[in-house]
Formats: sequence, C-alpha cells, structure tokens
Amino acid sequence: MRRASALLMLSAVASLGGCATPEPWVKPYERERLADPIMQWQGDLLASKHSQHVRDIREGARGANGVQGGGCGCK
Amino acid sequence: MRWLKAVGALLGGTLAVTGTRAAPLPPDRAEAMYHRYSGGGLTADGPALLVRQSLGDKVSLSGQFYVDAVSNASVDVVTTASPYKERRNEFSLGLDYAVRDSNLSLGVSRSDEPDYKADALSVDVSQEVFGGMTTVNLGFTRGADKVGQKSLGFFDQAKHWQYRVGVTQILTPRWLASANVEAISDSGYLGNPYRAARVFGAAVPENLPRTRSSRALNLRAIGDLGQRDAVRGSYRYFWDNWQVKAHTLEAGYSRYVGESFLFDGFLRHYRQDGASFYSDNAQSQTTYVTRNRQLGSYDGNTLGGKVTYSYKKVPGQYEIKFNGALELLRYRYDDYTDLRNGRAYSLSATVLQLYVTANY
Repeated sequence: MRRASALLMLSAVASLGGCATPEPWVKPYERERLADPIMQWQGDLLASKHSQHVRDIREGARGANGVQGGGCGCK
Repeated sequence: MRWLKAVGALLGGTLAVTGTRAAPLPPDRAEAMYHRYSGGGLTADGPALLVRQSLGDKVSLSGQFYVDAVSNASVDVVTTASPYKERRNEFSLGLDYAVRDSNLSLGVSRSDEPDYKADALSVDVSQEVFGGMTTVNLGFTRGADKVGQKSLGFFDQAKHWQYRVGVTQILTPRWLASANVEAISDSGYLGNPYRAARVFGAAVPENLPRTRSSRALNLRAIGDLGQRDAVRGSYRYFWDNWQVKAHTLEAGYSRYVGESFLFDGFLRHYRQDGASFYSDNAQSQTTYVTRNRQLGSYDGNTLGGKVTYSYKKVPGQYEIKFNGALELLRYRYDDYTDLRNGRAYSLSATVLQLYVTANY
C-alpha cells in the first residue's frame, strides 16, 4: 500500500514536468505594495522574539508562529 | 512523521520540475532593544542586541545577545517558595546562505540560567516557486536542556525536536496568505522542580509525563488597504497529547502618518482547555499531577500598540528608526485559586519594548 502511494506521488510529481510552469497572475512589477514593511507577518526580529517568549512562558500552546524561540526561563 | 516525509517528497519533486527564483538574503541590519515585562509579582527586563552583516552576495551572518533579569514574587512562588532574583543570558549565531535557488539558514543558540541551560541548533530552508508567487519554508530545530535546582545542582535533562512547514502565497497585488504547521516533541524532565501541586489540600511535588508531542496550525492573511495602511488576521489551532487544546485569534492594523511615523495596533484572544492531569486541588491520587496554571484552562486577551519614527533615511544607503511598543495582557483562569485569599486568580501584565533599528 505504501509502495503504491509512493508510486502515485512520484507519477503525480513527474507529470508536473510535462506541464508548463503556472503563469504568475501577479507580475513582479505589481508586487511593490507587498514589499512594504507594513505587509510583514512579524514585526522587527528582537521585538517579535521577546513577545513570543512572554507568551511561550504563560501559555500552553506553542509553535507555528514563524518566530524562532530560544532558551527557557520557563518558571 | 510520515506526513512530514510525504510533504518533503512532494516539495522536493515539485521544486525539481518547476521554475524557481532565489529569495534575497536578509538585509544588513542592527537592532538594540530594552524590554520589560511586569505583572503578577514578576518583573523581567534587560537589553537585547542583534547585528546582521552580509559577506559577499551569498552569505549573511548574524549574532544576537539577549538578557532577562528576573525578579520573581509571583503567586505560585510566594505561596510555595521564596521570591528570588536571577539572570538569563542568551546568545545566538546565524548563517544564511544563498545556494542556487534556495536560502539555507543555520542557527545555534545557548541560554544560560543558574539552574537551567538550553542549547539549540536549527536548520531552515526557504524557496520561492511558481515565479515567486509562492514561498515554501521547511525547518527543524533540535534542543537539549540541562535542568537544575539550587539545592541539587543539575539533576536531569530535556530534549526537544521541532519540525515546521510553511507556505506563503501571493493572492493579489495587495493580499498575502500563509499556512504554517509545526510539530514539536519533547522528552525528559518537562516540569519545574520548585513547583508544588495540591492533592486533598496538601502540597506535593508536581509530576509530569516525560514525553510530550504537540501540533499547531496557523493560518494568516494580510492585505494592503490602499491608504498607506494594512490589515492582518490570523488563527492558530494547537493540540497535544496532554489534552491541551488552544485557539488563538489575532487582528491588527498598521498605518503610516506623514512621512516619518508608522502606527500599529492589534488585539489578540487566546483560549485554552487544560491538560488532563491539571488540577487546582486534586481529589484523587493520580500518577501525573500539576498545578502549573500554564497547563490549566483559561482565557487571555492582549491589546498592543506600537509607534515607529523614521529618524533618518538615505535611500540606497541606510535608515534609522526609533520604536516604542506596549502590550497589555490579561489572563483569567477558570480553575486556579490564589492561596493568599482563596479567590479565583487572574493576571494582568504590561510588556514594554523600546528599541532602535538600522538598515544599512
């Protein structure tokens, strides 16, 4: 069963090679607004890391934030 | 981890057969911050520094230094132990390498406290695909901690494995969306040797399982509203094998004012259902028991604001900004008694960040 799944996945991936690369519907020259700092998920790195550290210590949930944590201070 | 291997295989195959473009290296940058947390009898403050410098057009190095000077007289400390002061130092080094059409990031960090030492090694890969419309991230972190107690010295260890996958998609010239998944596994001593649980009203040492496995899914969207302002929203669902489940909702708004100011505000709501072995005062004896309110059931709300002032900008050369951010946090616990007065406990806290950034 696992082998069949792997074959299916490989054939699906291989079939993509015969297709043209999807045409970007937002051209590079249309992405100026997306590069603005207000379009970033996280704020500045140290500030995001500090806010995340404060939450990691007080909340049971963790992960999937895009911020690399570090250390503990978990008391 | 079978699903992770499948995602990896699919991603690898996709990258092999589609046109790709390298994401640029992070810009050269320096940040210097003073941070302070204050609430519930605990104060933690200190400086933090970050420097990032590229070497040529393929390599960027970064270093971070972060200090937490902690003065702790929180409710669980004053009711089971003595207030204390201690200092945590954290050092991090990073290397970003642009190779072919990928960005590879390596990072190491060390956190040092008198009774807790944590080392971590992380590897992350970022790739733009489909003409730069989609960015895919894969990452892994391995952590190893030494756990100590003042009277015993270092007596145990903990290990952590983090696996993450993320996709960011350009939807329109004004909107981005992303999905991130992270799986974290821990083994070893996962509790706090100073913390006491309550069983039949008596204080006993807490006892946590020596393994934990969790998953988190985070969905986000951010959009430019066209008036030099942007709005963002996110939802995260978390669950683990300790039966902790949590929902996090966040919404934020940013707006430029004049040529020099940027204002940002956000609201965040957090709801958690506690671990199966959490109890404020257990009425039966069980193998595992904790009164760590972080593992209980509660709601948390945060209101945050930030002002950024662009002090000086020389296009193509450098830009210096001053920043001030304040967060007001409030947690209401469903089942945690303040043993000093017998009432249900709630926590209010403030988080302050004052910092300067320079891109050059």
